[in-house]
Amino acid sequence: MTEIKAKVSETMVQKNILSVKDLTISFHTFEGEVQAVRGVSFDLKEGETLALVGESGSGKTVSTKAITRLLPTKSANISSGEILYNGENLLDKSAKEMNKIRGKEIAMIFQDPMTSLNPTLTVGRQIAEPLEEHQGLSKKAALAEAIQLMEKVGIIGAKQRASQYPHQFSGGMRQRVMIAMALACHPKIVIADEPTTALDVTIQAQIIDLLKDLKTEFQTSTIFITHDLGVVANIADRVAVMYAGKIVEIGTSDEIFYNPKHPYTWGLLASMPTLEIGDKDLYTIPGAPPNLLNLPKGDPFASRNMYALEIDFEEEPEMYRISETHYAATWLLDVQAPEIEPPLEIQARNKIFEQTLAAKKG
Amino acid sequence: MDRNPIIQIKNLKKTYNSGKKNEVRAVDNVSFDIYEGETFGLVGESGSGKSTTGKLLMKLDSLTDGQVFFLGENIQDKRSRKDLLDFRRNVQMVFQDPYASLNPRLTVKEIIGGPLEVHKLVSSKKERDQIVYSLLEQVGLSKSFANRYPKEFSGGQCQRVGIARAIALKPKFIIADEAISALDVSIQAQIVNLLRNLKKEANLTYLFIAHDLSMVKYISDRIGVMNRGKIVELAKADDIYRSPLHPYTESLLSAIPEPDPENERSRQRIAYDETQFSYQEDDPQVGLHEIAPEHFIYCHENEVEQYQQKYQQLQKEVV
Repeated sequence: MTEIKAKVSETMVQKNILSVKDLTISFHTFEGEVQAVRGVSFDLKEGETLALVGESGSGKTVSTKAITRLLPTKSANISSGEILYNGENLLDKSAKEMNKIRGKEIAMIFQDPMTSLNPTLTVGRQIAEPLEEHQGLSKKAALAEAIQLMEKVGIIGAKQRASQYPHQFSGGMRQRVMIAMALACHPKIVIADEPTTALDVTIQAQIIDLLKDLKTEFQTSTIFITHDLGVVANIADRVAVMYAGKIVEIGTSDEIFYNPKHPYTWGLLASMPTLEIGDKDLYTIPGAPPNLLNLPKGDPFASRNMYALEIDFEEEPEMYRISETHYAATWLLDVQAPEIEPPLEIQARNKIFEQTLAAKKG
Repeated sequence: MDRNPIIQIKNLKKTYNSGKKNEVRAVDNVSFDIYEGETFGLVGESGSGKSTTGKLLMKLDSLTDGQVFFLGENIQDKRSRKDLLDFRRNVQMVFQDPYASLNPRLTVKEIIGGPLEVHKLVSSKKERDQIVYSLLEQVGLSKSFANRYPKEFSGGQCQRVGIARAIALKPKFIIADEAISALDVSIQAQIVNLLRNLKKEANLTYLFIAHDLSMVKYISDRIGVMNRGKIVELAKADDIYRSPLHPYTESLLSAIPEPDPENERSRQRIAYDETQFSYQEDDPQVGLHEIAPEHFIYCHENEVEQYQQKYQQLQKEVV
């Protein structure tokens, strides 16, 4: 437990390396404005892994693509907000300035290792490219460095494999290549967008272990996007849960998994089968995520929320503070809200939370 | 439980590019039974042959060797259109991709009603529509969906349409090949509950193919673990989770991340070293051996005792 204590005090003094403030993004489509991101704010602290969790369409990928400015300029409209990196707003940068930051300061690992690599270039060249571009290495030196990186990410026979093409690599190996590419210039921030979703569980476990090792070695801060709560529990220091373009709950890993406050987070955690469930039905969140073209009045989650109060259908809740690190946007945390009983699975989790708290105090 | 086998698989083999350099033994001498009314889970990594096995049972691909019996009849003998229709009326499939498995140019009632028309179970459009409405209700969709097209629906809704189509003919046996993998977390639970409830209502039998082991454990009565075209372990769902014996199963189970940070921090992953298993080709002593009641392991006869000791050891730990 002392170890955990030390960890906590460490996080307190950690500096913010990236701050996203009130980011709002919409897309023009033939059918109208799709409000993909509606006022997202979060900080990324130095050396931490922040997980963004949510279902498809919740805005997690769009938010992070805004950071690297990879959104299509024609259809995407960033109507408000700022993204502060080193005290400068990335949204004000010119395309040329962004080229210097992308890959060097902030690098990305994409979901699909099959389509994110160039099939016409050898793997070695692709890893060497950012090194030539950002660090001005010669072709030869860059390739040598690339081979070293490949060894570091666990590609056996790196020297031979560097001259091979992506189609000669398996999915897990390609993801390793992507990671080597992202780490080539020792970026300060790595954004990993569902990096293990397309992989088998055993390969996924290897890649997660690799990412954890490399994070310690390179001291990178990571934004990890996923919908798999198991993966999050394994890798994240802090977790932000997104729903319909907003962060509805944010906190440390322990707070989100053992003391969740938002009914959507409850639903996500309770709908996964546990070992003790037996023959009972799974807990479900009824309905489907809302259409971001025309959002309903009030909280977009209200119609799926069995704990919804009258006000949920009138007004969206603000973020309520639970602890210094833990916030959730639900009216249930208001002083006027009635006492409710969370699902059994969540109550069991709360017990673990109380026990750890007690253990920490004692 | 009623132990009447609905499907019997005997030495099933499927080889692609047979005899060539790039020969692939997708399914390599697999034998198992599926009993009436149970859910049999088939798990393994991509390329382990689990989907191919499903396809062979469905007669969507021809087998290289071996036999598959459905209710005692060899499905290889079903060749005439009448026999095939009869077979498919009883064996249906739910596919992985909810969008790609529905014809985008047909309305929902044409999709769900299609099988009824092919099998001449309805005599008029009106009769078909009535059945479609009740099927929609059964899978939790509104009647108003009937005249709309798949693209108007979410993934979860499309999967419900796919399920309605599969149960339209009142089949006995349904193969669900990664039927929930493409869905969002909150929708997965809805579909799994639906499948479970339909099974209870209609006494269905499922072959549930998936790589998400925690869901498989929840939905299945028995589980077969596949690796490289072979079933390496086969046991009751609880037993396989509590006492995994084969190193591959251990490795697979140790790799599933759970939504529990405390556990995850102390988790030890077990790597699987394939090279420790180099059995002689066609060694008659190598095969599925029963280690404990209804718990089978693919191994050499010499190893049986070792596995039995391991099993007893694990049993003690549980107590």
